[in-house]
Amino acid sequence: MSDVAIIGFAASDHSITTSGVETLVPVFEDVLAQAGLGRREIGFWCSGSSDYLAGRAFSFVNAVDAIGAVPPIAESHVEMDAAWAFYEAYLKILTGEAETALVYGFGKSTAGELHRVLALQLDPYTVAPLWPDAISVAALQARLALEAGLFTERDMAVVAARDSGADPEELLGHPYLSDPLRAHDVARVKDGAAAVVLAAGERARRSRSRPAWISGIAHRVDPQGLGERDLTAVPSASAAARDAGLDARVDVAALHAPFTHQELLLRAALGISENVRVVRPDGDAMFSAGLSRIGAAAEEIMSGRADRAAAHATSGPALQQNLVCTMGATP
Amino acid sequence: MTIAFDYTRSLGPVLGRFMAGLRDGRVLGARTSDGRVHVPPLEFDSRTHEPIGDLVEVSPTGTVVTWTWVAHPLEGQPLSRPFAWALIRLDGADTALLHAVDAGSPEQIRTGLRVRVKWADPRRGHIGDIACFEPAGPGDQAGPGAAAGALDGPVPDREPVEIMTTPIRLRYRHTTSPEEDGYLRALAQGRIVGQRCPACRKVYVPPRVCPADGVAPGAVVEVADRGTVTTFCVVNVPFAGQRLDPPYVVAQVLLDGADIPIPHLILTGGDTSGVRMGMRVAAVWRDRIDWSFTPENIAHFEPTGEADAAYETYAEHL
Repeated sequence: MSDVAIIGFAASDHSITTSGVETLVPVFEDVLAQAGLGRREIGFWCSGSSDYLAGRAFSFVNAVDAIGAVPPIAESHVEMDAAWAFYEAYLKILTGEAETALVYGFGKSTAGELHRVLALQLDPYTVAPLWPDAISVAALQARLALEAGLFTERDMAVVAARDSGADPEELLGHPYLSDPLRAHDVARVKDGAAAVVLAAGERARRSRSRPAWISGIAHRVDPQGLGERDLTAVPSASAAARDAGLDARVDVAALHAPFTHQELLLRAALGISENVRVVRPDGDAMFSAGLSRIGAAAEEIMSGRADRAAAHATSGPALQQNLVCTMGATP
Repeated sequence: MTIAFDYTRSLGPVLGRFMAGLRDGRVLGARTSDGRVHVPPLEFDSRTHEPIGDLVEVSPTGTVVTWTWVAHPLEGQPLSRPFAWALIRLDGADTALLHAVDAGSPEQIRTGLRVRVKWADPRRGHIGDIACFEPAGPGDQAGPGAAAGALDGPVPDREPVEIMTTPIRLRYRHTTSPEEDGYLRALAQGRIVGQRCPACRKVYVPPRVCPADGVAPGAVVEVADRGTVTTFCVVNVPFAGQRLDPPYVVAQVLLDGADIPIPHLILTGGDTSGVRMGMRVAAVWRDRIDWSFTPENIAHFEPTGEADAAYETYAEHL
């Protein structure tokens, strides 16, 4: 078994076409330069994206053009956030099947009707045919938590205000978007892409003086039925955190919470205390937002700003699927 | 661009009976080994992993567990006027069902509100057989036993619904890359342009990121509107949306000056038997007045009568 580290992270905050190809070319150049590797030195490529979001079939195959797949490459794909592609790549290296991997995610949300597209990840028999939009589903969860007394609408506004610098009281004066969610409770979804390079032990040390060594990673899933689980707890996040070895010693955490109330639920589920610094990228690009959290946490280590970091990614409706990755400055 | 598809899904024994129940105006749930009743039904018991056997009927009346207000309903949602989404726990069930509540205004909906099913008419064995929920009237008693029929015994076997059809329609606004933009603008002027890969020097038509080198395309290169058939097929089968009467030929045409073939039509005036690999063809442009930003400015290709190209000149494109 190998020690595995992150040795590069790059992202773009815009998309050119829905295929992702033109957007990914400079992102790959950037991340490979950081990792000190040529593209033919990458042993495994893995991506996360969605055909429903792209509005084209096999969109991830189009994106392979950005790799330059001559001679042939080893490649895989997940139809979810690229944080889960990262998990697959981590296993490839851990098992010795590859020494290096490049993981990428991409999506152009503005090309389609994002909140209708996301309805299609719900149960296809009893829920998706009703087209509940993603913000409404999140609002159902937020009300349950508010009425259970877990936090207040003001607490949610404080989460939004921390990033925007706005006055929470002023935010609370705005009308509801989907009661009890206001516009500030919904993450700004943008277009974009992200990429992370992973490498095994010696290879990582050769590339970077301070790789971000992965100390634990796990992902779990809660039942699909929205009425089958307690939406005010996030058992899959708690279980993933436990399996990934997340404890109170982290200096910094990057949480993927598409809604303010979900950050509050996640902090409780993951046991992230008020003392832990939280990095939160401005805006979420679909299918790379979770991978970006892993990249952002790794940058905290690689830059020397932190010794221990944690990253979280979510996928699916109302925090159904959760992944936690812990990392440190030493293997 | 609008993409639509009617998904037809097999339902299996549990959902098939659930949907048949809706068709008959009854809501059925799955009872698991812990005694809990799940609506919508689970297909397998999450503790024992055994398939669900009998379904039990629950009340069409229940209680709002949580809700949100939809001021501007979206396409495909149960109601076209403002409504509430709610998780609703039906009397006799232990889990909540997501559906729309026709509450009228946000002031009329609250957690704990009693609501009842409004059935669609006609019904077809689909979740849409519940048109929506409505605030329950005084006649809708609380608790199990309120609805007609036995609530707590096995439901008599009815013919399950086998298939349900769900149309999906999504809209997209695709944008072109700068390279595609140049290609389409050139077509509107009756020209065909490609771009050269700065690494391998190959000319791609239309211009694209080089799939062999993964680099953005470089210099713009104009190519000829004539070339060589590398491979082709004769279309004999009619299909929805077909624009030509079969038989006709679709071919890959390697334009002179390009390093990748483009797909297009080869029309020979009815007889397709003469089309062959290596055949030299030329573009037949539509009337200039009809040109826009599309490869359809070329109506089709037709044989030039030149001698066939040597196999070696197009072998690497097969």
